[in-house]
Amino acid sequence: MDQLYGYSLYGLSLLTFGGIYAMLALGLNIQLGFTGLFNAGIAGFFVVGAYVSAILSTAPSERHIGGFDWPIPFSLVAAMVVSALIGWAVARICMRLRADYLAIATLGIAEILRLIFKNETDLTNGARGVSYIPKPYESLAQPWNHVMMTVVVLAIVAVLYFMLERARKSPWGRVMAAIRENEDSARAAGKNVDRLRVQAFVVGSAMMGLGGGMMAHHLKFIDPNAADPTTATFLVFVMLIVGGSGNNKGAIVGALLMWTIWSATEIFTSMLPGDLAIRSAYIRVFLIGLMLQIMLQKFPQGLFPEKRLETGSSG
Amino acid sequence: MLELDNLTKSFGGLQAVDNCSLKIEAGKITGLIGPNGAGKTTIFNMIAGAMKPTSGRILFEGEDIAGLPTHEMFHRGIVRTFQIPHEFGKLTVLENLMVVPADQTGENLILGLFTPGAVKKREEEVLALAEDTLEFLTLTHLKDELAENLSGGQKKLLELGRTMMTDAKLVLLDEPGAGVNPTLLKQLGNMIRRLKEERGYTFCIVEHDMDMIASLCDPVIVLNEGSVLTQGKMADVRKDERVLDAYLGGGEEAA
Repeated sequence: MDQLYGYSLYGLSLLTFGGIYAMLALGLNIQLGFTGLFNAGIAGFFVVGAYVSAILSTAPSERHIGGFDWPIPFSLVAAMVVSALIGWAVARICMRLRADYLAIATLGIAEILRLIFKNETDLTNGARGVSYIPKPYESLAQPWNHVMMTVVVLAIVAVLYFMLERARKSPWGRVMAAIRENEDSARAAGKNVDRLRVQAFVVGSAMMGLGGGMMAHHLKFIDPNAADPTTATFLVFVMLIVGGSGNNKGAIVGALLMWTIWSATEIFTSMLPGDLAIRSAYIRVFLIGLMLQIMLQKFPQGLFPEKRLETGSSG
Repeated sequence: MLELDNLTKSFGGLQAVDNCSLKIEAGKITGLIGPNGAGKTTIFNMIAGAMKPTSGRILFEGEDIAGLPTHEMFHRGIVRTFQIPHEFGKLTVLENLMVVPADQTGENLILGLFTPGAVKKREEEVLALAEDTLEFLTLTHLKDELAENLSGGQKKLLELGRTMMTDAKLVLLDEPGAGVNPTLLKQLGNMIRRLKEERGYTFCIVEHDMDMIASLCDPVIVLNEGSVLTQGKMADVRKDERVLDAYLGGGEEAA
């Protein structure tokens, strides 16, 4: 019985982390999947959202600026707004860059943000990070606090999914796909390509900020390592590509699946004897990379390929 | 309708278009011909807003539009097609057309999510227009096919179709006949003629197929080395010594 209980809690944890990653993957799907924008700086928007929501919602502390004791829903909205604003600024600067150059620029910006958080000690407590971040429903008894956290995360994912599916099927989704497919032709069809791209980038960034905020509340702690590109950018890319770029369902399934694999491999590698267990951390990254290679070679469209509408009716 | 006034475009030291002045008159199909490197496509790109002129003016309905971005040109009624088909590959044929019209409520994300009624109404109009266009193009049976799966000729038709999804005044066709088989070429020519007559489009065509130019265009403007060599009816232009020289690499040395 105890064992079953333990497994259930583990399952809840997978759903919660997977759900938070799904927010990031959905954000990337708007940028890369819908519009073709190669944002390699997910970690940057993620960590900004995490810090903003953390600092606004924690109780006043001497270690960092604030906190401001805001209710969590408000701090999450603020996290989205700030990430969106940074996304807007980045987009205004970088939107004229073509695919690979945009990737390099965004990667650089994410690193800059990470280093700022790491070295800046007055506002965000530098490398020691922000702790005592409140978590939704944490005062409930075990296991209901875990259950409610999972419910909150999945509810947010559900709302995002519903809205993004509407957006994808709408003329907005259509014009974004057109820009992705052929920029010159979209311009010749009278579309203000630069403005629409900025829009997609900003909306995606806001979602990454939301994911970051949720992660901060879930972990109750945030430090600059959260902006590690392996877990905050690279893993999200793998999730979207495995799930199916351009498909919202694919983004969510990819996030849950890849998080489960990522997390479960740790169980197995931790069973290895001492020395190997330490080295195995790198093997995990290698395995994920290998999986990405295989998917790209054999199933470039992912588990759920992008779907277009039959007969074009908005149904 | 459209007037180029001393238009110049230089790339480094090369004058691709050199003080070029010409007129495109409303309601006509003007052919733009000339040997490779004469500046035809560069002129197209400048009229369509894809390139900024180095100097000179482009007057459209009396207003200088030189240097405006492409999407602005579209909203003024100048629509272009591309020499190599620029279809939206992963969109269906129907969607390729439906994406074009302006004033689509649903292209605004907020309105799209929260005013489904207005979006639906506009979508129905756009859909009806797209279906009419497909019928005109004889592509109705392919409407749910992804555009990337079309044949080269069908993609050319789709290029033309996109110009029909808006109230175009001036349509710039960049080599509509390139890579198209003779039967389809004839069909394409008839479509262009019909669009001129039924919808009052003004066309400007860059084309290397002289038979197509001869059967469709009046007048024909011949470009050479970035400026106008001569213009007139195809029959007259054809006999012009200078035109022959330009095409054959000219002069006594070549002969």
